[in-house]
Amino acid sequence: MTGSRMRCWCHPRHWLSVWVITLAVLCLWANPSAAVEVKTGILRVDYPVLAPVSRFDRKPDDLGFSGAQLGNEDNLTTGSFLGHKFEMATIATPPEQAVEAAQKLVSEGVRFLVILANAEDTVRITDAVGPEVLAFNALAPDNALRQSKCRTNLFHVAPSRAMLADALAQFLVWKRWNRWLLIEGSNPDDRKLGNAYRRAATKFGARIVEQRTYEDTGGSRRSDSGHVLVQRQMPVFTQDATDHDVLIAADESDVFALYLPFHAWTPRPVAGSGGLRPVSFHGSHEAWGATQFQRRFEKLSGRFLQPADYNAWLALRVIGEAVTRTNSDDPQVLKDYMLGDDFELAAFKGQKVTFRNWNGQMRQPVLLTDSKITVGVSPQEGFLHHRSPLDSLGLDEPESDCDAFK
Amino acid sequence: MIEQIKTTLLGGVFAASLAVASGYVSDAQANKVYVSNERGNTVTVIDSDTWEAIAEFPAGNRPRGIGISPDGKHLYVCASDDDTIKVFDAETYEFLWSLPSGPDPELFVINPDGTRLYISNEDDNLVTVVDTVKKTVVAEVPVGVEPEGMAVSPDVRWVINTSETTNMAHFISTEDYQIKHNILVDQRPRYAHFTNDGALLFVSSEIGGTVSVINMNGETGPELETKIGFEVSGVQNEWLQPVGMRITSDNEWLFVALGPANRVAVINIPKREVEKYILVGQRVWQLDFTPDEKYLLSTNGNSNDITVIDVAEQEAIKSIQVGQLPWGVVVAPN
Repeated sequence: MTGSRMRCWCHPRHWLSVWVITLAVLCLWANPSAAVEVKTGILRVDYPVLAPVSRFDRKPDDLGFSGAQLGNEDNLTTGSFLGHKFEMATIATPPEQAVEAAQKLVSEGVRFLVILANAEDTVRITDAVGPEVLAFNALAPDNALRQSKCRTNLFHVAPSRAMLADALAQFLVWKRWNRWLLIEGSNPDDRKLGNAYRRAATKFGARIVEQRTYEDTGGSRRSDSGHVLVQRQMPVFTQDATDHDVLIAADESDVFALYLPFHAWTPRPVAGSGGLRPVSFHGSHEAWGATQFQRRFEKLSGRFLQPADYNAWLALRVIGEAVTRTNSDDPQVLKDYMLGDDFELAAFKGQKVTFRNWNGQMRQPVLLTDSKITVGVSPQEGFLHHRSPLDSLGLDEPESDCDAFK
Repeated sequence: MIEQIKTTLLGGVFAASLAVASGYVSDAQANKVYVSNERGNTVTVIDSDTWEAIAEFPAGNRPRGIGISPDGKHLYVCASDDDTIKVFDAETYEFLWSLPSGPDPELFVINPDGTRLYISNEDDNLVTVVDTVKKTVVAEVPVGVEPEGMAVSPDVRWVINTSETTNMAHFISTEDYQIKHNILVDQRPRYAHFTNDGALLFVSSEIGGTVSVINMNGETGPELETKIGFEVSGVQNEWLQPVGMRITSDNEWLFVALGPANRVAVINIPKREVEKYILVGQRVWQLDFTPDEKYLLSTNGNSNDITVIDVAEQEAIKSIQVGQLPWGVVVAPN
């Protein structure tokens, strides 16, 4: 197999942030004295990555930004009736310039910052901009960000690995597919995801009958007629496994999970990073009025929506909703409102989404998709919780290590 | 629980049979009931005397909002996936013509003289006003994000639109089609309905789980008076999702379809309180009265039936199988 090892899907780019400024249409019923002006920055950190296994998974240049733009436009429409102004600026940056880029946004008046980065950079950026800026994690799934590394000014609209793994686990347990063959990748993020599935199995009474590691040995992801090798290699890799109902792939690095369906030694369904996948949202989702949302996004961006777009849209809508209800642009006022009992937001997932006041994580349903349609939505029927069934997903209050919200 | 339901149903049917036997029904006129079946792409027609389905006809792709002209001649159906409103002869079910509606029409309301349709277009954040006689678009009114619920005030001064993502009721003047007031309500407002004296407007918020009560005669115009919430033991709060509504003409009772809670709430309007929950079919969506208001019909999307509710008794008396995924319902006028 040949091919270049490193390929950047997005060039480190424009130091000049692009300000999308649309002034709210001044309407006669707007109160001119209420000068509520909200400036939101969208900061995306681009890492050198390999080409994806599937070309359907290529990252578009506007990933996250278009979702945020739709959220900003939604806010602008609502703001036009109330005299609230919303502006947003986007920056895509390499990791080494991320902090500088964030500070630049803050110097331009940004008090709300949506971050699309890995966990380490998300914390680094949040700490650098300081507690006066309200930050929203729209990408990093790391449980640690919701636990020991939580920050008082960092909210998480992206679901955690624990939430994603729990969402899938509930579906599998509901199906009574309780015997899992867990295959995890060899990179640190794959291990963290593997841990989330081990935790979910214990939590919901499933059994991991065997665990295997798929070593990432590098090399290019695709080559002409590479499927010939895959068809021979994957059955060999999965043979002689303990009897199992389902094969779970923990492969955040996108190395092997997509090769498992149809190639495993025993005919069993695949779930996790391939097959049936837990996601915050998906471009095919249509229930609960989502069709209109998808159409608006596609009209704006000319492509299908990805989870990062949904998360960014959600972050903007959280800000917009809090501004609408409080008539304020003060981050502290908005934060208090977001954590209070009155906050609620409709997000095309069938029930209102709210924030956990112990770690700033958004409570939300998780979709299960086969990449073509919505197969199911968790929490599943019968998984109860004294507060809300949504709290059966992810890290609950009694197990929280986060002190920042106390 | 099931036993209880059976008893109620049987009791109801028995009572209805008694009524028939005593000739009580004879003064009531039989009206056709039209049910749009979102998944079946049909309209089911039911006779309100026998409560039997008498016809089912194709109604375009994904029929949802449904209404009838005041003279009972024309049936209007939002064919959402065809991006039009289809007009059928209400007697022969013959397709007559389409009206321009903008993309993905979901709900509309007809003004009392039948000359205007006010349609919400979710994709374009517009309310489209259509002249039903000339079959032309009269006006397009920019509103909030994802317009949905529509209502016309009894004096025809106001057209109300609710926008699901902006979470507002917009008050559009019928004189110049400009928005004059906006009122914030809870998440995802789905439906709006006036009392017949025009004094109160109710707006149901599906995700917020409340019905907002708006006083139309406030000091500075329409103002939010209160919000009414719901509570059913054994049903998670998340599933108490108010959608379709109907009000008795004495303005005493508001009936609210509660979606996945499978119940219709009965609200005492003077007290602003829920007095009862009526168990109906699954995913109850829209409601309509028979013209004499003896019966209220609910569409139950996930059980493919409609429930007949005795309005005076506030009890479900019968369910009738219709097509796949019933969405809207309208009863022909006398």
